[in-house]
Amino acid sequence: MLRDAMLVAGKDLRVEARTRVGLGQVAPFAVLVLVLFGFALDPDRGILEAATPGLFWITVLFASVLGVQRAYAVESGAGVRDALRLTSLSPGGMFLGKALALAVQLLAVELVLGVGVIVLYGADPAGWILLVGTALPATAGIAAAGSLSGVLAVGLRVRETLLPLLLLPVLAPVLLAATRAFEAALDGSPADGWPWAGLLALFAVVYVGCGIGLYGTVLEES
Amino acid sequence: MSIGNGQSAGTPLATQDTRSVTGHPTTGSPATRVLGIIVLLCLPLVLWLSFVATPPDAVQGESVRLLYVHVPSVTVAYVACFVTFVASIMWLWKRSEWWDLVGSSAAEIGSVFTALTLVSGMIWGQITWGTAWEWDPRLTSTLFLFLLLVGYQALRAASPDRSSRSRRSAVIGLLLVPNILIVNRSVQWWRSLHQDATLFRTDLDFRIEGLMLFTWMFTTAVGMVLLVWLLFHRFRVGWLANRVEERQLSEAVAARRAEATP
Repeated sequence: MLRDAMLVAGKDLRVEARTRVGLGQVAPFAVLVLVLFGFALDPDRGILEAATPGLFWITVLFASVLGVQRAYAVESGAGVRDALRLTSLSPGGMFLGKALALAVQLLAVELVLGVGVIVLYGADPAGWILLVGTALPATAGIAAAGSLSGVLAVGLRVRETLLPLLLLPVLAPVLLAATRAFEAALDGSPADGWPWAGLLALFAVVYVGCGIGLYGTVLEES
Repeated sequence: MSIGNGQSAGTPLATQDTRSVTGHPTTGSPATRVLGIIVLLCLPLVLWLSFVATPPDAVQGESVRLLYVHVPSVTVAYVACFVTFVASIMWLWKRSEWWDLVGSSAAEIGSVFTALTLVSGMIWGQITWGTAWEWDPRLTSTLFLFLLLVGYQALRAASPDRSSRSRRSAVIGLLLVPNILIVNRSVQWWRSLHQDATLFRTDLDFRIEGLMLFTWMFTTAVGMVLLVWLLFHRFRVGWLANRVEERQLSEAVAARRAEATP
């Protein structure tokens, strides 16, 4: 299964490396959202500083919707899904591969956003261990829930509008937990943040498990 | 004919030849008519009990009457969602049309009662707490339950054929319960860090007894009968819709064949 996962992840990341949609479109979009938040919440009044963790993660969620759509759009060509089913890759492995490739791309976007909030919002990344310790499980959870929701919307004519409706309610606890953990890190009280990172890890485990178990059901469709 | 016997396509809940006096097919049967009559007879009784017979509450005054709507609708909504959850698991196991229709029917009814729960709760909150919305775990997770049920139905409506509809909605149905548990726990944790752990303050802790308790239990029981009644009818509508879909498909195939052989 792990070998299958690496194959699928390698394929998706190669597609990304050659088309650069994530780097060229999704990452700039995420930075644009940060700038727009800056316009909406006047940077001089301290609101932006207080809201930085939440804005960071909302932007990541928006970027993840685009990332999931992109991850399945590359497989929407005629016969690609049938071809994938005929490869005899295990469904669980395919799910893990999709999620892994998505997680790598999301981490890249988060890195860009991290630099963005430091430069634009004046965030102080002193508690970086907790920041990384939050971002890793949060990204794993987002990628797993995103890959599962994404495959549910595959092939539907309304997939672009349906995906956010399916995905964002599922990711609400991730937003809540990741924001609290980042708040603790930026406030310099990391001890308050680690339980939230634990919750994020639990969420990631639940959704990776559900994805491995259920991905095949949706793929079986003729 | 009970709804709990989980048989597959063999004997559908839809009665074979159900025609009303007008000659149109109906989803009614003697059993559902009895359920319907029970509900219709009990509803005026519910209104009389909750508006006339019971006294206003010592603490909450007249607003306590809203709870006679609110609490049964919460119960019905959560039972319906749990039925969807179980039916989704059973579908993934048995792959039968029966479980697919049970799950989707319950989800539809559940979303109506979840909406009713939210609206009646917000009106009650506006009167009692002075605010329609609080970031309380119960309120927040009920709202997310509603959003997930909306997503479940949007996904079903968008799926082109029955096979993909059942598959995809069973996955969402299965995720309902873990989702709501995670939302509930995380909101509970979040709120307990910031302010008083509970919103339901002790001065609102009123004792219910006598006629008020009876009204509460009676309306909940009527709500459950209503749920079963609606579930039967919605199931049969879904069953007939599937039959219509099949007939249209076979007619289209026959029409194409007729074109091919001049």
